[in-house]
Amino acid sequence: MATSKTLGESLRQHGVSRRGFLKFCAATASMMALPPSMAPAIAQALEKARRPSVIWLSFQECTGCTESLTRSFSPTVENLIFDVISLDYHHTLQAAAGDAAEHAREQAMNTNAGEYLVVVDGSLPGPNANPGYSTIAGISNYDMLMDTIDGAAAVVAVGTCAAFGGLPKADPNPTGAVSVQDLVKDKPVINVSGCPPVPMVITGVLAQFLTFGTLPELDEYGRPRAFFGQSIHDRCYRRPFYDKGKFAESFDDEGAKAGWCLYRLGCKGPMTYNACATMKWNGGASWPVEAGYPCLGCSEPDFWDAGGFYKALSVPTGSPGDVLLTAGAVGAAVGVGAGLMSRNQGKQAVKHHDKVTADQLEEKL
Amino acid sequence: MAELAGIPIHIEQPEAEPQQFGNALPILNEIRHALARFAERAEPTRIDLAAIPFGPGDEARLMALLGRGEVEATIDALGPTRVWETRFPGVWVLDYANVEGERIALQIEIDEVPQMLRTQRADITDSLAALDAALASATAADPAAESRH
Repeated sequence: MATSKTLGESLRQHGVSRRGFLKFCAATASMMALPPSMAPAIAQALEKARRPSVIWLSFQECTGCTESLTRSFSPTVENLIFDVISLDYHHTLQAAAGDAAEHAREQAMNTNAGEYLVVVDGSLPGPNANPGYSTIAGISNYDMLMDTIDGAAAVVAVGTCAAFGGLPKADPNPTGAVSVQDLVKDKPVINVSGCPPVPMVITGVLAQFLTFGTLPELDEYGRPRAFFGQSIHDRCYRRPFYDKGKFAESFDDEGAKAGWCLYRLGCKGPMTYNACATMKWNGGASWPVEAGYPCLGCSEPDFWDAGGFYKALSVPTGSPGDVLLTAGAVGAAVGVGAGLMSRNQGKQAVKHHDKVTADQLEEKL
Repeated sequence: MAELAGIPIHIEQPEAEPQQFGNALPILNEIRHALARFAERAEPTRIDLAAIPFGPGDEARLMALLGRGEVEATIDALGPTRVWETRFPGVWVLDYANVEGERIALQIEIDEVPQMLRTQRADITDSLAALDAALASATAADPAAESRH
């Protein structure tokens, strides 16, 4: 249950000094993509913050989002934050099972009516679909969501499935899957997309709510601008190569080895908005592009149906998604110029290596 | 069966110089502007390197350019925070790690002394009370103390 202890008190009880707290705030500012000068303001706000109750609902999902959250480099700021929110219901993480688990949810809802946060991962069969595709304790996902959000302060849709429908909604969508925002109209919905989302982005959004008691500024897809405000392409460390027209043409050519731009290998960075390029993964160790792999665009709506993962954006996708077609067209316009510049380099790359090309890989798949 | 030596394995030697993606120099320029602001108006600046798109080698290049100065300190609070002045006085690097030694933030601070190293006001008040308490209990336990008053 949510306690009346403030975060400042709670941390000091755990033996955290004021310097430790300042450090925590500096890391939190970094995590929330706020300027470092905000750390004192965060410290002041957090001193007074009370632990909010959080109910986490998992529907049609693979638990990847929870994995992302819990397998982050622990124990660290995430854990601190999870020590200081009250996670009252989470299928995977809670010890209680069966009736006791459902009672915990109901009790959290009653005790904290109007104040608790609902976090959802996974899409759910819509109101017109067969509810039997996904149930918990005999309750359909749809009924559980609608019942739980009734007294919620806000809903956070974690992962692309919850935010946009994700894999379950991909063509032909056998379960009639819909996203949280398709159903929740009378509560604020924050979409934290990604497959899975960057762990620090999940906790950053929760931290912002905890710190300021307000919801973050959102983009047109309901995502926090602090993390989804810039494209992967704009923040990519390989961008200088794109600007010079230097592209890897296959996964093992000289360009790939030299760390050139992965645009022609299908990188969706130009149309993908996420924080991977700066926050990175696994404790800041690396991220897909740094590992030599093109961005799949997993934080964008309908990315599963966006054509091939290894097709350059300038290749028509034939996707029915309007959003992706528009984004693809913009990418194409940009890509053609750069593509022409790199044609000679492409020929050279092919000369060096002709073992596996992106197209061949696509055929094999 | 082939001898181990007969299996053609080609080991690429690591490059002598770390690979560079050209993302270090713009930060050095930003630091220069911040230092100029501090020189003119004593306005401190903090730069969060987590927000900078660094490729492999970029950070090493920046740190090599900044070098090490005279001062180095470690703060033991929620894991170690290493602080050092670069070879440009007034430009500090703060490397925050958690209790497992993994980095949680990396910042450049342009100031006389980084905020983290200063003792906070509230701590000084607490410190005075703690010292008074220590003095009182030490005095009570010391039989010779009475005669010294």
